[in-house]
Amino acid sequence: MTDVVNDTTLKTRFSRTERRKRVRALLLVLPLFLFICVTFLAPVAEMLFRSTDNTAVHNALTNTHKALSSWDENSGELPPQAAYLAIIADVKAGAKKKMFTRVGRRLNYQISGVSSMFRKTARQARRLPDDIADPQTALIKIHKKWGDVNIWRGIKYFTTPYTSSYYLDATDFGYVLENGDYARKVESQRVYLNLFWRTIIMSVAITLLTLLMAYPTAFLISSISSQSANLLLIMVLLPFWTSLLVRTTSWIVLLYQEGVINDLLVSLGLVSDDGRLELIHNTTGTIVAMTHILLPFMLLPLYSVMKTINPAYMRAARSMGAGAFTAFRRVYFPQTVPGIGAGAILVFILAIGYYITPELVGGVEGTFISNRIAYHVRSSGNWGLASALGFILLILVLLMYWCYDKIVGIDNMKLG
Amino acid sequence: MMPSYVQGWEKIWHYVLRVIAGLVLFYLIFPIFVIVPLSFNALPYFVFTEEMLSLDPAGYSLQWYKDFFTDINWQTAVKNSVIISLFSTLLATFLGTLAALGLSRSYLPFRRAIMAMLISPMIVPLIISAAAMFFFYSSINLQGTYVGVILAHTALATPFVVITVTATLSNFDYSLVRASHSLGASPTTTFFRIIVPIIFPGVISGALFAFITSFDEVVVILFVGSYEQHTIPWQMFSGIRERISPTILAVATILIFLSILLLLATELLRRRTERLRGITGV
Repeated sequence: MTDVVNDTTLKTRFSRTERRKRVRALLLVLPLFLFICVTFLAPVAEMLFRSTDNTAVHNALTNTHKALSSWDENSGELPPQAAYLAIIADVKAGAKKKMFTRVGRRLNYQISGVSSMFRKTARQARRLPDDIADPQTALIKIHKKWGDVNIWRGIKYFTTPYTSSYYLDATDFGYVLENGDYARKVESQRVYLNLFWRTIIMSVAITLLTLLMAYPTAFLISSISSQSANLLLIMVLLPFWTSLLVRTTSWIVLLYQEGVINDLLVSLGLVSDDGRLELIHNTTGTIVAMTHILLPFMLLPLYSVMKTINPAYMRAARSMGAGAFTAFRRVYFPQTVPGIGAGAILVFILAIGYYITPELVGGVEGTFISNRIAYHVRSSGNWGLASALGFILLILVLLMYWCYDKIVGIDNMKLG
Repeated sequence: MMPSYVQGWEKIWHYVLRVIAGLVLFYLIFPIFVIVPLSFNALPYFVFTEEMLSLDPAGYSLQWYKDFFTDINWQTAVKNSVIISLFSTLLATFLGTLAALGLSRSYLPFRRAIMAMLISPMIVPLIISAAAMFFFYSSINLQGTYVGVILAHTALATPFVVITVTATLSNFDYSLVRASHSLGASPTTTFFRIIVPIIFPGVISGALFAFITSFDEVVVILFVGSYEQHTIPWQMFSGIRERISPTILAVATILIFLSILLLLATELLRRRTERLRGITGV
């Protein structure tokens, strides 16, 4: 009997110790976990929310939205007088905060002309009495668009508390006032999908270029004596440690029209003085500079994989009569595929989200989706659209990253 | 040395490979060093002048360096860079090392999920982090403050500390800890006498990575900071954007030499770590 008791106490004591160990490990991780949650994950989560959030507009026009809920927007008839009264009530509620005008600006992204209409209404509808007998006529007198059924239908559509409109905008759908719904834009106006495509194509081009350059170089470094290899590796690591802006500056100095490369070509007589090459502020500039910046990220994983390949396999293949190329193709190359996968995905992930270099050397055509996101955050003020574009980009990156995890494993990520 | 079975055209390939690799390494290194002589140009051009090519001393000058050391904007940028990087590094190294000590235990629950969350700032494209932090920090009045920028940079830098320290601990022999306990050392003594010396190189190289991350960061600070917090990269970015001046080349040259020093430091650390682990490497 006592044995059993002792046995259980030993068991509980053991499991208690185990639990204490687990709790201690968790406590060590906790401070950083909380820190990242507050300073990083919360902002990103809030951005996801922002890309569908329409509460500002909904709250500013809350009376109107309520009054329109019973109105059939496809009947072709103007909304009832109550809706016009609600507009006046919303103007008066939002007047102090200039809210009504701001909402007009926001709605203007989808329905052009609303901004000035709301501004005018905000100025003049304040003077109308609350219990006005015929608000419809009064408002139409202020601005004739209050007599347009399509505008009303648009207001009803865009005052819901949550909206998918930013995502529709981000994928080149436009709101058609006459149908009261979204439709695909005509080909010439498809800005964002083209930009996503261009970003992906440029990133693929950069990835392929880095692979073509890195493969033979890594192969050579992995096959020479370790002393020479170390020297060459330092040459690879130095750019890796050099400031991104320094490297971007270098490429500007090298590539621009009066720059080092053009000067050299002119002095060699390969290019005439008035036929200097345009190497910067276009796609060429972006691709040349970014290939240079991302090359070490391809070279290092390839090198670390090639380092582990046993040269005896190649010797064995050759001794069994395989030619040099066959031996490479069937014995060496398959063993380097994980390194190619790791390097390629890493470079692609880094390239697709690049901002600084394309901003400085990309001009107009060499820009990425990130430059557009920055423009919407800093200049146009369309934060919802910036968030939606950001999230589409984030999902692309996370998909790639998931592949990276499958090939390499997050735990095996190494630096330098 | 080439093996004996190598045939004629393979010999050619052997040299072609060296030429290709040489060209690639030239492409990697040359753009960085082309800036160095140009930063001593006496004239405000970005090309080699006649005087420079003929090595005439009149073609060279230190005026852009003088400009850098006397210009109030650049000096404020240096001060800001040092303050922001230093605080971010300290905070990131402290938090990251603690977390790595927990993460290196195999019995930590949800280990993979926690790891993925902790290194997420490294995976999310910078522009998305920058925009998200700009919105969020604006709403809590931290946008355009030193605190806001330091918090943002710390978040970006911690993954590097976590990864380097976890890697150092990956083959840490916990029987050393048990041995120390059995010889009568208290947990505190064990920590400072056994664990700290072994992870120290990892912590230092993690701190170096953190420092570089913050010191070289420009996307997030453009959004989370304001001109008051402008750092060296910020100043370079706006300088390149508006009108590139030769002073930027002088700053770039100084930064290149700093990165050479850093590279040497990490190289020495790496070797020391390997020695400590008993790996007889090069």
